Amino acid sequence: MIVAPSTLRIIWLYPDLLSTYGDRGNLLVLAHRARARGVEVEPMQIRSDQHIPQSADMYLIGGGEDGPQAVAAERLLDDGTLARAADDGRPILAVCAGYQILGESFYANDRCHPGLGILDLRSDRGESRAVGELSGEGHPGLGVGSITGFENHGGRTRLGEAVQPLAHVSAGTGNDGVAEGAWAGHVIGTYMHGPALARNPRLADVLLAWAVGVDPAGLPPLDDTWPERLRSERFAALAPE
Amino acid sequence: MSANLPARAKFATALLRTAAVMSRATGRGDGSVIGGRVGLIVEPRLLELLADGRHVVLVSGTNGKTTTTRFATAALEANGKVATNSYGANMPTGHATALAKSLRATYAALECDEHYLGQLLDAAHPKVVALLNLSRDQLDRAMEVTALAAKWRQTLQAQAGHTTVVANADDPLVVWAASVCERVVWVAAGQSWTADSAICPNCGNHLDRFGEFWRCTNCGLNRPSPQWSVAQTGEAVVGPDGRRYDLDLQLPGRVNRANAATALAIASLFGVEPAQAAPRLSQVTSVAGRYAKVERDGRRLRLLLAKNPAGWLESFDMIEQGPPVVLSLNARQVDGFDTSWIYDVDFTSLAGRKVVVTGDRRTDLAVRLEVDGVDFVVAEDIGGAIAAVAPGPVEVVANYTAFQDIRAEFNRVN
Ligand SMILES: [Zn+2]
Repeated sequence: MIVAPSTLRIIWLYPDLLSTYGDRGNLLVLAHRARARGVEVEPMQIRSDQHIPQSADMYLIGGGEDGPQAVAAERLLDDGTLARAADDGRPILAVCAGYQILGESFYANDRCHPGLGILDLRSDRGESRAVGELSGEGHPGLGVGSITGFENHGGRTRLGEAVQPLAHVSAGTGNDGVAEGAWAGHVIGTYMHGPALARNPRLADVLLAWAVGVDPAGLPPLDDTWPERLRSERFAALAPE
Repeated sequence: MSANLPARAKFATALLRTAAVMSRATGRGDGSVIGGRVGLIVEPRLLELLADGRHVVLVSGTNGKTTTTRFATAALEANGKVATNSYGANMPTGHATALAKSLRATYAALECDEHYLGQLLDAAHPKVVALLNLSRDQLDRAMEVTALAAKWRQTLQAQAGHTTVVANADDPLVVWAASVCERVVWVAAGQSWTADSAICPNCGNHLDRFGEFWRCTNCGLNRPSPQWSVAQTGEAVVGPDGRRYDLDLQLPGRVNRANAATALAIASLFGVEPAQAAPRLSQVTSVAGRYAKVERDGRRLRLLLAKNPAGWLESFDMIEQGPPVVLSLNARQVDGFDTSWIYDVDFTSLAGRKVVVTGDRRTDLAVRLEVDGVDFVVAEDIGGAIAAVAPGPVEVVANYTAFQDIRAEFNRVN
């Protein structure tokens, strides 16, 4: 039995600006995994012209093009809620453009923009676009095992000392070809876009556990036959012949 | 036309036709691409020379361009012979082949890949350009949608001086691109996918929507009043004069009624009256295998091609309630290697019916359906999928190469 809020409120931030590559998938996977354990979920979408409620149990933010990314960052800075939510220990999952926004600064349309400063990292332009399968060994502190996803971004990210990488890259680029993503407290950022949580159910469970205030190991297990089979296929596709 | 071709172009044309025939004979494809490539190497201006003197319509957009081109061809044939790239080979190589194969055709209806609109405007000097819709499609290899709309807008502004544009009033990206043209005929062709146009393409403000109407309160971009629309009830198109033209389409769904409306608008610009054009659309029973019906072991399969989120949603709208559904997904080069977009598609409407997943990436579909609470069976290939369902009608929805694989199983059915 989980001692949890009767309804888990998950907010997907700014889908009007930041929604590509099936970003909705992360919300769907979290809701599915929570409901399968008897926890009801109230998914909410907050548009960039709305005020962000402070009372949510989790926040998601997705990827997007340069223009919308810069606008989203400005509005998030003005709003101020997300940084306070991070301070309060609310889980946040940020993907691609959203991941860069959580850092100290990022590049969009050839200009450096201030980020929210929630994660100690800085992003700039890479020489080339990183497109393709991304996999690696998750940070031992998170207990998520190997990670697998698909990346499609032009940015490169340097991590500061106050964050840990989400994973050590074995295939693909991630932040810089060595590390992928970042986490600190209950905030996770990643270049694995779209339905990253569909391929990484343990990562989804870490976020859910944080949201309901239990140890991830304490969540009732689910039948993950299909996600596990998908993971094996994706790892096998990257393995040398 | 052939009489006016310079010698070099004639030689290129002959080589093109030979190459296309050989490619078909060796079973390597429809021959359209390889033939055109050979011809264009010998004579780089071949496309322009072959198009010279013909009345041309180009049809472009993310979804529906093959079907709309086929409808337009059927309608224009009321006027005479029409050259068309009926195998969906929609880049210049395919266009050259289409024109070379019908040297005597006075008319040409050419489906055009979204990225080649400028090149075709230059080479084919079309009388009419039809712009259907723009939505996300294989993002890992294509330009992003708004950038593509901007490219269209620029291209049309520079090159569409003598062209009439037939454009979808319901798609803000298309409206923004087409609104730079002097002569536009607006069609209410619908928009099943609004997620790529929540924001005004002109100024970045939020678009307000009320039913089918949309507008930007900041810069004023709004839905133009359409001259052509799909009738609210029954199978019909309503024309500029308010008259109703009944359709008897062999192809399913509202989206095909919208394609028909666009085709009637095109035809009328070429002098074919809608009352004359509408019945001709019934001749189209399938389009390069799309909507084709095939049978095996008592299972009557209808084949639906859907390449992107908007296409999958449209096909769920088309399928009959009741029969089992086979979903097939690949992620090869032309499909795009990224399957993330399946999370942009809502599968919950399939709940409660028999669903079989297959294709290279059937496991991705399995995980996706599980998340949406839809029960499914996994089959290794189309043969396995057929075995997994009871005799009777079966709806098959597949993305590009998955569709071609299934079509190959049935002798490249057209
Ligand atoms: Zn505007």
